Amino acid sequence: MLKVLKSGFFTTIQDNGRYGYRDKGVPVSGAMDMVSVSRANRLLENNLNAAVLEITMTGPTLLFENDTYIALGGAWLSPTLNNKPIDNYKVYKALKGDILSYGRLEKGFRSYLAVKDGFKTTPVLGSQSHYYPLTATKCISELQEIEFNECGSFAPKISELQMDTYLDINLLEVYQGPEYKMLGKKQLEDLFLKEFSVSKDNNRMAYQLNETITGHSKTILTSATQPGTVQLTPSGKIIILMKDGQTTGGYPRILQLSEEAICILAQKKSTDKLKFKMFKP
Amino acid sequence: MKSYPITLKTFGEKAILIEWPNKVEEAILEDIIRFKALLESELDANFEFVPAYNSIAIISNTTNFNLEKLEKKIPSLYEKNRTLIKTEKVLWKIPVCYDVEFGIDIREVASNLNMTPEELIKIHSSHNYTVYGIGFLPGFMYLGGLPGKIETKRKDVPRLKVTKGAVGLAGKQTGIYPQESPGGWNIIGNCPIPIFNSNAKEPCFVNVGDKIKFESISRAEYDLHKIEGEVGIYKPEKISLNA
Repeated sequence: MLKVLKSGFFTTIQDNGRYGYRDKGVPVSGAMDMVSVSRANRLLENNLNAAVLEITMTGPTLLFENDTYIALGGAWLSPTLNNKPIDNYKVYKALKGDILSYGRLEKGFRSYLAVKDGFKTTPVLGSQSHYYPLTATKCISELQEIEFNECGSFAPKISELQMDTYLDINLLEVYQGPEYKMLGKKQLEDLFLKEFSVSKDNNRMAYQLNETITGHSKTILTSATQPGTVQLTPSGKIIILMKDGQTTGGYPRILQLSEEAICILAQKKSTDKLKFKMFKP
Repeated sequence: MKSYPITLKTFGEKAILIEWPNKVEEAILEDIIRFKALLESELDANFEFVPAYNSIAIISNTTNFNLEKLEKKIPSLYEKNRTLIKTEKVLWKIPVCYDVEFGIDIREVASNLNMTPEELIKIHSSHNYTVYGIGFLPGFMYLGGLPGKIETKRKDVPRLKVTKGAVGLAGKQTGIYPQESPGGWNIIGNCPIPIFNSNAKEPCFVNVGDKIKFESISRAEYDLHKIEGEVGIYKPEKISLNA
């Protein structure tokens, strides 16, 4: 068990996501930055769907009640194991009684904790990912105990990976969205030349941007949306849907982020700068 | 059977969007549902299909597939004789208690429409509505076919909290809030049964393309269905519309 001594700002359990129910309005959920999660899970030789903790902005304080191996990834939150600084993308043995805690947020926005074989919580509709009210809770809470399989010995084939460099990237690679063709010259210029910044309205459902482009009066019939869909509201506001985003929407879908761009955006916080770049094959 | 001009659009790295003419029409929705059934039988389980109004998105849940190849295959699949595909046409009877305890806006709405609450209830519960889409929230149905007589504007100030099961009216739309959420619709009743139940094997019994009829129930029936719903023994009444 992992005992939550302090829960942090917003810490959730996430796996690969909840698939097969989008036609019933269920968002896919899953880790926002799958690139970082895959790297951490690979180091532990886990199944790539193994559940991890997604730690947002401020880290939790966690007590290991059994032995296991861990790997961290994503945002840099100055983590320590028993007060000794540890690195991202490196396998560490955590012993019964060890305490993992986090310090200052230095880079990125979402950090991940993977344990050997993943956290074992009850799946809902095929996924362990938190999504309220499908799951009973929104996030982890103080004094909660999260189960994992004890692992006394493990010899990783690779014990360390280079640190991410992509936390510094602020260029989001995009494809044309279904309503891309409605954009006029001015809108396109603004979209691809302007620098945008992340609004304080950013969460697992959607990221809004502070800067607007010219609005429009186009209405569309409600139609499918995906994580990474960039919507344009009539007033010119840009909304980028993320992993807990709705499965259908009524705003024109002007762009679609690449899968990697979704992970890059997941590491951005309020006021962080970004630009769009059209994918060129 | 009528064929429509369909348009294909690549929608990111994992999806293709197929669009029918930009109209709210039952015949179009039926064609979409039939094509969805055909796609489900032709493509493997790694694909999801999200139909709504005049479109269907084919989304792959792996990156390990060839988007271009699939895109090329779709027009010929559409040309295939879709009449061979059997889809079940279903009408669900959904109980609603319009008691003022739940229908907190019903008096105001009826008065704005120059009718009595009883007349409003009669009109609202005597029509069949078509499910044109499910989205926004798990189990939230976009219903079409609201009689013009009971169209009403949404509330000026949205409520921060609308209770689970609340039945609302706004513009040309009516629907049920499947969970507690903020909302700006006028609330005229409450549905005691869960439209979405994440503990069930099939969490939402309604499918896009189905029809819904609201059935006015008493407060006592409401309480009974509520308990039945909570212990999971409530079975919504299903009527097959296939000839």
